[in-house]
Amino acid sequence: MSTQVVVTGIGIVSPNGFGTEEYWDATRASRSGIRRITRFDPERYPSKLAGEVDGFEVKEHLPSRLIPQTDRMTQLALVGAEHALGDAGVSTEEADEYGMGVMTASTSGGFEFGQGQLQNLWSQGSQYVSAYQSFAWFYAVNTGQISIRHGLRGPSGVVVSDQAGGLDALAHARRLVRKGSDLILSGGVDAAICPWGWVAQLTTGDMSTDERPDRAYLPFDAEASGYVPGEGGALLIMEDAEAARRRGATRVYGEILGYGSTFDPAPDSGREPTLRKAIEIALADAGVSAGDVDVVFADAAGSPELDRIEATAITGVFGSRAVPVTAPKTMTGRLGSGAAPLDVATAFLAMRDGVIPPTANVTLSPDYDLDLVTEERHVPVTTALVLARGRGGFNSAVVVRAVDWN
Amino acid sequence: MTGRRVVITGVGVTAPGGIGTKNFWGLLSEGRTATRGITFFDPTPFRSRIAAEIDFDPYEHGLTPQEIRRTDRAAQFALVTAREALADSGLELGAVEPHRVGVAVGSAVGATMGLDEEYRVVSDGGRLDLVDHEYAVPHLYNYFVPSSFAAEVAWAVGAEGPSTVVSTGCTSGIDSVGYAAELIRDGSADVVVTGATDAPISPISVACFDAIKATTPRNDDPEHASRPFDLTRNGFVLGEGAAMFVLEELESARRRGAHIYAEIAGYASRCNAFHMTGLRPDGREMAEAIRSALDEAKLAPQAIDYINAHGSGTKQNDRHETSAFKRSLGEHAFHTPVSSIKSMVGHSLGAIGSIEIAASVLAMENNVVPPTANLHKPDPDCDLDYVPLTARDWRTDAVLTVGSGFGGFQSAMVLARPDRNTTA
Repeated sequence: MSTQVVVTGIGIVSPNGFGTEEYWDATRASRSGIRRITRFDPERYPSKLAGEVDGFEVKEHLPSRLIPQTDRMTQLALVGAEHALGDAGVSTEEADEYGMGVMTASTSGGFEFGQGQLQNLWSQGSQYVSAYQSFAWFYAVNTGQISIRHGLRGPSGVVVSDQAGGLDALAHARRLVRKGSDLILSGGVDAAICPWGWVAQLTTGDMSTDERPDRAYLPFDAEASGYVPGEGGALLIMEDAEAARRRGATRVYGEILGYGSTFDPAPDSGREPTLRKAIEIALADAGVSAGDVDVVFADAAGSPELDRIEATAITGVFGSRAVPVTAPKTMTGRLGSGAAPLDVATAFLAMRDGVIPPTANVTLSPDYDLDLVTEERHVPVTTALVLARGRGGFNSAVVVRAVDWN
Repeated sequence: MTGRRVVITGVGVTAPGGIGTKNFWGLLSEGRTATRGITFFDPTPFRSRIAAEIDFDPYEHGLTPQEIRRTDRAAQFALVTAREALADSGLELGAVEPHRVGVAVGSAVGATMGLDEEYRVVSDGGRLDLVDHEYAVPHLYNYFVPSSFAAEVAWAVGAEGPSTVVSTGCTSGIDSVGYAAELIRDGSADVVVTGATDAPISPISVACFDAIKATTPRNDDPEHASRPFDLTRNGFVLGEGAAMFVLEELESARRRGAHIYAEIAGYASRCNAFHMTGLRPDGREMAEAIRSALDEAKLAPQAIDYINAHGSGTKQNDRHETSAFKRSLGEHAFHTPVSSIKSMVGHSLGAIGSIEIAASVLAMENNVVPPTANLHKPDPDCDLDYVPLTARDWRTDAVLTVGSGFGGFQSAMVLARPDRNTTA
């Protein structure tokens, strides 16, 4: 029998709520954090909306020496990590220093910091580039900074697989625990709401140009017109269940039970997309059948072609309208590597309170045979499936389940 | 799925001075260096003006015009090198279920070169805060998120299994192969095309390493500028390149009669949780990673025949890892040849860990240990056998290769013949 890997702490930084309970209250009530961008003037760009983390004053949260050497995504991640460790009640000083590690996902690193230094380089000269550029923008920075801040010296890492990476990180964290680590802090927090990051995303042609915050990101809706980016995410404390018991953990949100990951064949190959396969692998890995799943947290790309592929995969595995499907990310925008860990955290909150949170603003298109949850639904939730896809063809699926701890 | 063992059955290398495995080994075994004055851009304003550049023409290596248009140089290296590794393995991928084939590509800095060039255009030379989207290239997103590297490799080899980029700074090239090995061990895949790539020789990278004085200013002597373990060393030389491998489960590799280069016998990573760029001289966390990798390999320190060092040629690194070798291997550290190929091919950030794995398996293949070039006057604090200047004939059945990276990452991998005697 494999080691049971349980989640004992959650740290959330989301556009519609800073901190777990604020996020959960907003999400249950369909309160969105999507708005016209305030971090720069978006007027000249065809897309003008984003999910921005509101009211985050970095000075209130981090020591002043850390601020000039960190991108916003790292600042948000450091706060999320602190919340997660606090929530789990872990005292990192007392634990085995090599028994705890950090495993995060990133999509584009500290892109805003990178823009600033590229600007210094090309407008002023190479001697104006910050010494911190050597690490503040790169993909590994959140893991490194969290490790340093909390003295976590165990096996650690970083994956980049676009949005799917958020689940790939959790899956690898589970591997690390199974290999012998007591605790891995894992998940993703991303932010690239800066002009340079915006321009990079605009080239996909998949960003919504609708300027109405409640109409721009409508996955599975007949009026789906693309996605809205956001910033934030979630970090989770994942522990070997035995180790958690030994240290006297009093609360467990649930366990990471199954994982499957596939990559789509090349667009011109004539082969089928592989999301369905990823779901099947995850269910088999979890040892549960489709009928055991109480809710699916959809990737919810928001563009008709990708929505159709996801709806087909879900109905292919579960049958027509056979499982509730939801996409709370309609209230946050797509958070890069932060999106799926936030969905996993949300699934645990759904289990805790017996509530499936809604998909905001969406009217289900008759083209999809889904039971899409558009208003908060009170039902017991024991097992949930979370899906995430990355641009280019990355598909990942994670099964989580409630645990009877006491 | 316990007990599954993982072996390397295909190798590809694109390195400075050596495109293709054969040329790469030729350079190493002859102790030649591929460092030179930077030619990619005018290096005049910079403190360090040396790099290990590759003379690389993507057309010459069979990439199509559209592949070239949508990829950064680092992705091009990965594509060319993955194809070499796959051909070398002799594996017919049609014989494996596509979803059982995975991809794990290491990279520290992704599409840095492409991002630097494109930023310069959309910002009109840094003039615009609100950069101009109308000047962006259509595939800019592929530079923005380097998982595009894994996507390119997956398409090229027909992989439909778990695919990702592993990005842990300068240990990426060890960690990606370690990650790939885990995918096979835990049953997520049967074959993984893995390795690492980086192409960081761009003004922004050179400037940021200048700012922390990590790279050498030995500009009047570029061929001899990378001087690991030498008393006169004063920083690393930036490099570029890729190495890719085909990893397979041991039994299925044996069944198809594959040539087995080595087993990924042990792998471990630790964090120093100390500083994003600084190292404590005691090498404590790297030593811990080495001990853990040896445990996994079920090998005693005495079984290690050769240590392929990180050996970047910075003052702090070479002392740090010398301490780590002594701390983890004890007396055996003094009797084991240690060398740094960065003396010849420079430091290609995330790629170098995989390039060093390639050097390690080629050392096993040839029973020859590559030298540390430019090592004339050893630092008294670096008192091991660093194989100065000339390659050495040396029976090599098990290799330890290590890496150390910004962020505090310390990684160690043990490569060994699968039929070795173990301690267990």
